[in-house]
Amino acid sequence: MKKTKAVTGLAALTLMAGLFAGCSSNNNNADNAAATNAGNTGTGTEATAAPEGDAAKDIKGDITVITQRTDIVDTVFKDYAAKFNEKYPNVKVNFEALSSYEDQIKIRMSTNDYGDVLLLPTSVAIKDLPDFFEPLGKMSDLEQQYTGLEERSVDGISYGIPITVNFSGVIYNKQVFKDAGITEVPRTFEQFQTALQNIKDKTDAVPLYTNYAAGWTLTQWEADLATVAGDREYVNIAQVASDDNFVQGQPHYDLYKVMYDAAKNGLIEEDPTTTDWETSKADLANGKIGTMMLGSWAIGQIKGLATNPDDVGFMPFPTNASKILVPLSDDYNLGISLHSKNKEAARAWVDWFINESGYPTTEGGGMSPVKGAELPEILKQFEGTDVTFDTLAPAKAGEEGWVDAIDKEAEIGLWQPDFKKVIIEAAIGNRKDSYDDIMKDLNDKWKAARAKVTAAK
Amino acid sequence: MERLSNLSYKNQRILIIFLFSLVPVVLLLTFSYLPVFKMFQYSFTSWDGFSKNMEYVGFDNYKTIFTKPEYFAVFKVSLYYFFATFVQMGLALYFATILSFNVRLKNWFKGILFFPTLLNGVAIGFIFLFFFKPEGTLNTMLDLVGLGAWQQKWLLNPHLINISLAFASVWRYMGMNFIIFLGAISSIGSDIYEASEIDGANRWHQFRHIIIPSIKKILQLNLILAVSGAIGVFEIPYVMTGGSNGSGTFVIQTVDVAFKYSKLGLASAMAVVLLGIVVIVTILQRVLIKEEK
Repeated sequence: MKKTKAVTGLAALTLMAGLFAGCSSNNNNADNAAATNAGNTGTGTEATAAPEGDAAKDIKGDITVITQRTDIVDTVFKDYAAKFNEKYPNVKVNFEALSSYEDQIKIRMSTNDYGDVLLLPTSVAIKDLPDFFEPLGKMSDLEQQYTGLEERSVDGISYGIPITVNFSGVIYNKQVFKDAGITEVPRTFEQFQTALQNIKDKTDAVPLYTNYAAGWTLTQWEADLATVAGDREYVNIAQVASDDNFVQGQPHYDLYKVMYDAAKNGLIEEDPTTTDWETSKADLANGKIGTMMLGSWAIGQIKGLATNPDDVGFMPFPTNASKILVPLSDDYNLGISLHSKNKEAARAWVDWFINESGYPTTEGGGMSPVKGAELPEILKQFEGTDVTFDTLAPAKAGEEGWVDAIDKEAEIGLWQPDFKKVIIEAAIGNRKDSYDDIMKDLNDKWKAARAKVTAAK
Repeated sequence: MERLSNLSYKNQRILIIFLFSLVPVVLLLTFSYLPVFKMFQYSFTSWDGFSKNMEYVGFDNYKTIFTKPEYFAVFKVSLYYFFATFVQMGLALYFATILSFNVRLKNWFKGILFFPTLLNGVAIGFIFLFFFKPEGTLNTMLDLVGLGAWQQKWLLNPHLINISLAFASVWRYMGMNFIIFLGAISSIGSDIYEASEIDGANRWHQFRHIIIPSIKKILQLNLILAVSGAIGVFEIPYVMTGGSNGSGTFVIQTVDVAFKYSKLGLASAMAVVLLGIVVIVTILQRVLIKEEK
């Protein structure tokens, strides 16, 4: 009897010890790595740069690359690592893929252990980036080489390079358009609504699939704001300078009016509350859906599901502006953890990944951030037309991150599904408020928050 | 060598008790009390969840919550779940009573009724999402039994969405109530039933005058749990609708504020307020029920 008690007591102790040991084992590894690579660690705030030629062989160490691509981490990324090792034979690259990247990395980042190379989470306030990421260099220098740096730069220093540059607009099924008798790609708001109506009248396809239930898909509309405005300076400069962001005649009003009108006229799916993102891609690919508002990153995925990939087309969002501007914007940016023990190796991976892996155009599905790189195939049709592709103008000096700050303060959620859902609910008659009520409410919030944010700076 | 058996029986007892409670107490402190303490701390800051510096803002967050009506408007949704609670308890009590008597396939029914409790809440969300789809299980079944006219878009209709969701919630949590009631009813001695039968009591009399008074305490406990549960509804609407189409609850709102708008300070304050409400409701119930006696 006594013996059993002693045994159980011991068992309890062992269990406890195991519990704590389990927690700390990671740290031990990290410390060991630190000891062996002590000579290699980068210095605090100075930018690390990748050396050329023979010097590449001197770089060594283990790096962990965290990615959001769970689908290709064991296939394509393995090949990348092998190719990378041809140039840098002494660097061992480990991968970690997070299924819901944004949520999981946020929690990881409250510790010091969040890999060596990772994507900059969009939810980190721009001004806080220096607390988490290694500076990659002066923006003015890097700009010679890359586009899209301004989105994740603080005080002229860049903290990330985009893994691909996306363009946003309408992805549509050409066959459905043909069946509906639409010969010319609609350009203005009216033409677009007419086209949707024609699809409804003449085909069995859903004219515009909102993907309401998935939620995040609705945020893709916000990327088209610059097209509606027809001005690359609108998003970061004109918008923050205005108290009337959501009143009639302003781009935001017109942009979401397209959504409201389509829903109101019954041109969206029958029951938006039970939509399914994965099947929607196949449905668009095979002509059961006419259009969806998405970014270029989706084109590859949808084509992959299509029996005839040539049916999948891209067109700019409708606009009444004098010129058609398709905004280019960063996908995730790639950066280096401030706590990385092998910053040189990490930097080598970042440079190699962006310049030599081919990821930006192949797997990323957009344009390469490297200046002078070739346009993707699907955009060649726009060469010589009045459609221009351009990045958004960065915010004025001292106003960086204001759009984001005002948005969060006001709880509007420009990049959140909430008010888009409200618009759809109102349009299908589930709510009493009219479109103008919703816009007025958003504008009131915007105005109050803008006053607060501009006063604080 | 020091051996456990060298200690006196009393000291061994103390040591063993101490060692055994150490694990749960440490777990409790790390995963319950420390986070709650931190939550109180955060609720006085404007922290965004990332930033290295936490700005102390005093009672600003609380002021925001209590001055903006939209934060409290969502409690209306909780009413649906509150009323569903009574349906849930009624059903649980009904099944528990029936299955405490001799019924054929008794254990099989017990298993069926308890089964939903074992499922993960997220899985249940997905099951019911499919169940309520326009071409989903519910509408198909209605069609099969000739009630095709009753077909609905269960999650689209703003009058039905919360009832549909509350139904899923009832399905999920009834098993737990049921098993607790069943346990309580089983503890009533069979001699009492026998005696009542001799006196000519039927099943209803037995239920009314023996079962109900005997399990009154358990009924109260379940009611308190169910009501505080109704105030803090989260996973079923979150998984199924994400709180859209007027199905948002206070907890969903708190999560949105914290993670969509990066206002961790404000969200912590909302969580503190919710905690306060649950505590108040619980105390209120206890006081009211006591007075009844």
